[in-house]
Amino acid sequence: MKITVNGAPAEVTATTLSEALHELGYAQARVATAVNEQFVPGAARTGTALSEGDRLEILAPRQGG
Amino acid sequence: MPVFYGTEIASPLMLGTAQYPSPAVLTEAFRRSGAGVATVSIRREAAGGDGGAFWEMIEGLGLPVLPNTAGCHSVREAVTTAHMARELFGTDWIKLEVIGHEDTLQPDPFGLVEAARILSDEGFKVFPYTTEDGVLAGRLLEAGCEVLMPWGAPIGTGMGLNNVYGLRTLRAQFPEVPMVIDAGLGLPSHAAQAMELGFDAVLLNTAVAKAGDPAAMAEGFAKALDAGRLAHGADPMEARDMAAPSTPLLGLAVLE
Repeated sequence: MKITVNGAPAEVTATTLSEALHELGYAQARVATAVNEQFVPGAARTGTALSEGDRLEILAPRQGG
Repeated sequence: MPVFYGTEIASPLMLGTAQYPSPAVLTEAFRRSGAGVATVSIRREAAGGDGGAFWEMIEGLGLPVLPNTAGCHSVREAVTTAHMARELFGTDWIKLEVIGHEDTLQPDPFGLVEAARILSDEGFKVFPYTTEDGVLAGRLLEAGCEVLMPWGAPIGTGMGLNNVYGLRTLRAQFPEVPMVIDAGLGLPSHAAQAMELGFDAVLLNTAVAKAGDPAAMAEGFAKALDAGRLAHGADPMEARDMAAPSTPLLGLAVLE
């Protein structure tokens, strides 16, 4: 299915957010996630189903002022 | 030392982690600054990215972290960013930025109050990036904020305290509220002035990170903050318009 990951098009076979993170190479990453502009806590990723066209944001700690 | 939401921090310097030439320079600048808080952000992560390495470096500083919502222009963006930051950093502290104008990076006062109320109600300890506007400050306190962070000048300008009268008035209007001058400082003298005015801390980034020698500038800020804090506690003299001789006139020789 075609989704958008951090603003770029991606294709995944995963059907949940948790599976998508593994498939996209974030399995070990310290990240926070949002689907369609809604925050999805880590504990809810397994139960969060993905649909065609969903927009994922995958964020990590960064420098800030 | 400043107390924010019941937590005393070790220094009135809150230092940003962006724009340093290297991680080693950042670490050395923090060491010499004696900073009490490190500010951080969250951004998009590439698959297999280095977010973990950055976080390990920040953890190595051994300081409380204050995540920000920098770059957010809407209440929704800021609130969602705060949720994600809380999970990533394991803190309910959030430096709340709701930007109202792209060029000035001036806070959007209406969105700021709305976001502050939502986040405070959810248990966040909100550090709002605001202006010197006293009415806005009152609204932020009503919304649940227990700290205020008025700007000195627009972010990244290094102009110092642009509206000393306004900041002095704000300080006098809410004498018991911990206040941090956030943004716009360029020189240690600006930080000293903030402390002399009775502010509790300063938050800065660019002035240290973009200095030719960030570590030396960091130490300069630390010393200036000490000087300003001591001066404020020492009850400074009142300024006056006309000169007043400090050397006694009594006993002055008549030589003409």
